[in-house]
Amino acid sequence: MTTDSQALLSIRGLHKQYGKLEVLKGVDLDMQRGNVVTLIGSSGSGKTTLLRCVNLLEEFQGGQITLDGESIGYSEVNGKRVRHPEKVIAQHRAMTGMAFQQFNLFPHLTALQNVTLGLLKVKKLPKDQAVALAEKWLERVGLLERRNHFPGQLSGGQQQRVAIARAIAMNPSLMLFDEVTSALDPELVGEVLAVIKGLAEEGMTMLLVTHEMRFAFEVSDKIVFMNQGRIEEQGPPKELFERPQSPRLAEFLKNTRF
Amino acid sequence: MYESQSWWHELWIARETLWEGFQTSVACSALAIVCGTLIGIVAGLVLTYGKFWMRAPFRLYVDLIRGTPVFVLVLACFYMAPALGWQISAFQAGALGLTLFCGSHVAEIVRGSMQAIPRGQMEASKAIGLTFHQALGYVLLPQALRQILPTWVNSSTEIVKASTLLSVIGVAELLLSTQQVIARTFMTLEFYLFAGFLFFIINYSIELLGRHIEKRVALP
Repeated sequence: MTTDSQALLSIRGLHKQYGKLEVLKGVDLDMQRGNVVTLIGSSGSGKTTLLRCVNLLEEFQGGQITLDGESIGYSEVNGKRVRHPEKVIAQHRAMTGMAFQQFNLFPHLTALQNVTLGLLKVKKLPKDQAVALAEKWLERVGLLERRNHFPGQLSGGQQQRVAIARAIAMNPSLMLFDEVTSALDPELVGEVLAVIKGLAEEGMTMLLVTHEMRFAFEVSDKIVFMNQGRIEEQGPPKELFERPQSPRLAEFLKNTRF
Repeated sequence: MYESQSWWHELWIARETLWEGFQTSVACSALAIVCGTLIGIVAGLVLTYGKFWMRAPFRLYVDLIRGTPVFVLVLACFYMAPALGWQISAFQAGALGLTLFCGSHVAEIVRGSMQAIPRGQMEASKAIGLTFHQALGYVLLPQALRQILPTWVNSSTEIVKASTLLSVIGVAELLLSTQQVIARTFMTLEFYLFAGFLFFIINYSIELLGRHIEKRVALP
């Protein structure tokens, strides 16, 4: 399958359950390099869980995730499913960057230190290079002059921009955005979305979960509608939003503000 | 008959005895606080993140020691160590008792503060590729240690107060030294007050130090 080997991210038959509750019931998804894919769906549909499986913040019980040729999380040894050692998992996690709904900046570190931590400890860059790279990305998100501020001294939108800089400075092959504007005051949403949009235009491969439908429409190559742990429908934004095939998607779109 | 002198005069005569007692009190307290804190941090981390079989012995340690009076603990170390074939001095036995006591308290403080850190901190650490140990060292512990500081100062002053119990096993710390001086001078009230004042000085210094550190590491 040539398309599979070219795919940057390939998810096959992903199953995930919490105890008896099955939250992902066999998900298949492919992403090419440079793709922007947005997961939409009502809460509880499994979109955030799917995103978190990609960098193994959630364990999954069945199926396979392949990122840039690497099998994420587990490998088959003599027909048995074995979890990778912690070190390998950490290396794989560094291949993706993630921005969270709650920013999750490290409160005891300055904006600059938040960005350099991974560069120094994971990438093992020398300090001057790490600082230069971090400053470059802080400038990119418009916060260079705030580099010595602590997260507590930044607004929500600024914190989220630092968090994006922290993730992206690691030069990930895939960026994951998990409802990054949901915890922000409405007037701060725009500055964060502008940063993400800029990254998309530069060709960053991104997998997003968002409730900002207009933004999803503008930025995505593909929209994936999830419902009850399955992909119900997927396609280019225009097609999907204007001619939804599944009645559930039509219902979802009807109830969603643009 | 012994001619009673002024208190200042008696204090001057007793200065070396009291000074040595003071030093002993500070030494055994400091030893117990430092070692106990290290033990407590390790125990607290195991209690937070360890698997069941790792947690079990630490849980037993913490519950057992916290449920025992320090006095009993000091006596137990003093009498049980030789019984187990371990020849240690009274000072060592006493310091051991205080250390175990301090460790059990710090363990629970650390566990509590680790669990109070939002889950997103560990997730964000993992997301940038930090290993578990790196996440602990660079992200979680620096936050947790800031949080435990006030409670830790409190525990430390408790250790200093509990160090007076070492007088019972014959360690000439400040209280026993004071009692020796009183036995000679019969100036009970004066020297007990003086000893109390010295203990206050030790604990107040710890509190000032704690407040100073708190201010220095405070986050905006």
